[in-house]
Amino acid sequence: MNTGVQATGSTQASPNGSQESTQAEARFSAGTTQASTMPLTEQDEHLTRPAAMEVRGLNFYYGTSHALHDISLRFPERSVTGMIGPSGCGKSTLLRVLNRMYDLYPGQRATGEVLFDNQNILAPGVNLNVLRSRVGMVFQKPTPFPMSIYDNIAFGIRLHERVSRSEMDGRVEDSLRRVALWAEVQDRLHSSATALSGGQQQRLCIARTIAVRPEVILLDEPTSALDPVSTARIEELLDELKGEFTIAIVTHNMQQAARCADQVAFFYMGRLVEVDSTPRMFTAPREKQTQDYITGRFG
Amino acid sequence: MVNEPTHTVTRYDQELESLRGIVARMGGLVERQTAQAIAAVVDQNEDAAREPPRLDAEVDQLEREAEQLAIRILALRAPMAVDLRQIVAVLKMSGDLERIGDYASSIARRALKVEQLEGALSFSALRAMGRLVQENLHKAVEAMVENDATRAKEVWNADTEVDEIYTSMFRELVTYMMEDPRNIGPCIHLLFMAKNLERIGDHATNIAERIYYAVTGDMLPAERPRGGDAAKAIPG
Repeated sequence: MNTGVQATGSTQASPNGSQESTQAEARFSAGTTQASTMPLTEQDEHLTRPAAMEVRGLNFYYGTSHALHDISLRFPERSVTGMIGPSGCGKSTLLRVLNRMYDLYPGQRATGEVLFDNQNILAPGVNLNVLRSRVGMVFQKPTPFPMSIYDNIAFGIRLHERVSRSEMDGRVEDSLRRVALWAEVQDRLHSSATALSGGQQQRLCIARTIAVRPEVILLDEPTSALDPVSTARIEELLDELKGEFTIAIVTHNMQQAARCADQVAFFYMGRLVEVDSTPRMFTAPREKQTQDYITGRFG
Repeated sequence: MVNEPTHTVTRYDQELESLRGIVARMGGLVERQTAQAIAAVVDQNEDAAREPPRLDAEVDQLEREAEQLAIRILALRAPMAVDLRQIVAVLKMSGDLERIGDYASSIARRALKVEQLEGALSFSALRAMGRLVQENLHKAVEAMVENDATRAKEVWNADTEVDEIYTSMFRELVTYMMEDPRNIGPCIHLLFMAKNLERIGDHATNIAERIYYAVTGDMLPAERPRGGDAAKAIPG
């Protein structure tokens, strides 16, 4: 490991200069800057990677209601960022900014920057179709289109590319394999997707998202409507997908954030209270508000 | 727990409280065991010598209770942050306390076998060491009961003197044994008792380390300050 921070057993974490600046960028901290002594593990190496997306000084408004206050947050590439916080804290709002989903609604606006591939995606003139193919989204309730399993996946690809029949077959199969759904549906590709179970539908939606080969995948409580086995499958899937994609997941389930995320961001009342590596966040968070929330002391 | 707002789930608070109650009781018991063991030696008090082994069963039983309750909370509540640190600390501290009880019992069992040496310097050294260890143990248990990281750090820093006394006792007892082989029996007992006291001091600092981590989330350095090394006191 070459992150510049001692890997094990050390007592006073004394990051060297480069590490410190990376961490400083990675974190939002109102006051305390003392490094936690939870040693960085190999998994934390993710956090030192370049950001696939970076939010800088973001403010968001629903009409006159100020929903996000001066958010700055990095999404390190090929890693999972978990976003937690009570209902209405702004985590889903932030997710909807990252692919400009909010543009579909009048009266909603964002200021600040969201850097993606050296471009501020909040700037006017950004091609939203291209953006949304590069930043895919999966929702809380599985949303299969009322068409066949095959067409659910082919649909998104056709929107963005012209591909031959045989290539399309390959892309569909590949996507379904990636989400471990192929074995279950290969014999009924042309039957309706709505006949699948909830867990299968959600995996189909993820397959549909990755079929268009995005760089970032946004997931808004993707397992809240699923049983524990389907949930475990999705979590296992996230672990595999992060080898290739950058993932941001909003979840109400703290244990899920603990299991899946490399870094966790805690939001409260439209502000980013704290962001840190997942093990640090759940063993020794720096902010009192974070601790009260994750230990179940929130009033 | 202490100094924290209550959990939304009241039952969770109650479980954490009873877990703390168990180690607090253990702390009280092993303090008493240690005090009686020291009194047994330095005052050659037979009644005091019977007390520590008698309390052992109770301490062991409490350790098992602490472990079972901690496992239950870990499994059912998925504790996080300060709660998680406290529960892990309790698990480890209950082990430390149980060991302290064992060492105290071991001292008590040897206490009355050293009368021949009563005039020796080591006897007063053992008395001084006993006083220091008892004091440190008392502070450690207090820090534990009150979740006091500042006091925990004091305990952690204070063990140096115990090490120093132990090392000089070691040197002195070796001299007695070389002077007269009839001293060997009582000297060995004294040496073991001093060693046991020194171990009690170490476990008290362990407790201090665990409290410090549980309360602050930061770990104290792996190496604590040490005074003297008995292994180097005589040429090997």
